[in-house]
Amino acid sequence: MNALAFLFAAYIATWVIHAFYLGTLVRRFSKLRQQMKELGKGK
Amino acid sequence: MKRAFSIFSVITAVLLVYGLYQALVGAPTERTMGDVQRIFYYHVPSAWTAFCLFLTNLVASIIYLIRKSAWADALAVAAAEVGVVFCTIVLITGPIWARPVWGIWWTWDVRLTTTLVLWLIYVSYLVLRRFSDTAQTPILAAVLAIFGALDVPLVYFSIWFFRTQHPQPVMGRGGSLDPRMLHAFLINLLAFSCFGAMVCWARFRLEQLKRDVDQAHAMESLAGASEPAKASLPLSRSSR
Repeated sequence: MNALAFLFAAYIATWVIHAFYLGTLVRRFSKLRQQMKELGKGK
Repeated sequence: MKRAFSIFSVITAVLLVYGLYQALVGAPTERTMGDVQRIFYYHVPSAWTAFCLFLTNLVASIIYLIRKSAWADALAVAAAEVGVVFCTIVLITGPIWARPVWGIWWTWDVRLTTTLVLWLIYVSYLVLRRFSDTAQTPILAAVLAIFGALDVPLVYFSIWFFRTQHPQPVMGRGGSLDPRMLHAFLINLLAFSCFGAMVCWARFRLEQLKRDVDQAHAMESLAGASEPAKASLPLSRSSR
């Protein structure tokens, strides 16, 4: 592997981890919003 | 608040794109390591952001222990989780940088080992928060956070106090950087700090929303099927 391959591997790994984590946050937000709606409907 | 978050997100995105451009194009190629040295512009700002988040976790944990504020506990959880994400990036980009430069992926060097220990402490903090749900959990977690934070100065100063393979700081203590490298580094430091703050802010809001939903569920259970559950929902937060 040349230097550029290591460089891009590091940058891609950084953004893949951030994208994955942001994805989990969005999923958790929508799940909680759904639960809030269901609680609201239960009235 | 939502508007402020949107503006902050846009500023952060612009800084990150500019930081990426500076790291890959603006900064000159380092003479001995070549292009692989550009990992520095992501590795060090990620470590800095992780340290700031662990410091936030420490301060929030101390506030929680003194005042028992729910918001401080929520902030402590948020900062620890986002800090672990940034620390994971440090532990992944470090070996990717080390392999072409040192010829090895990992060595049980003081700086590397203390960073791994720091990561493990905060992962155990998150495991405690995730799987223990007693009234004492926030107190135990806050105490663990204080012990965990003691490792942060050990990680930072280890390269000065111990013989280590990890490079010495490039700024201060006789180190110097090319002005274009310094510019790229500072832009990425600012961009990653803003990004860390933004994600921590979002995670903090998520934690508060989760607590509202849990509270509403608990109230619903207490009130029984015939009682309205919506009355227990904090409407001021439902729009978030």
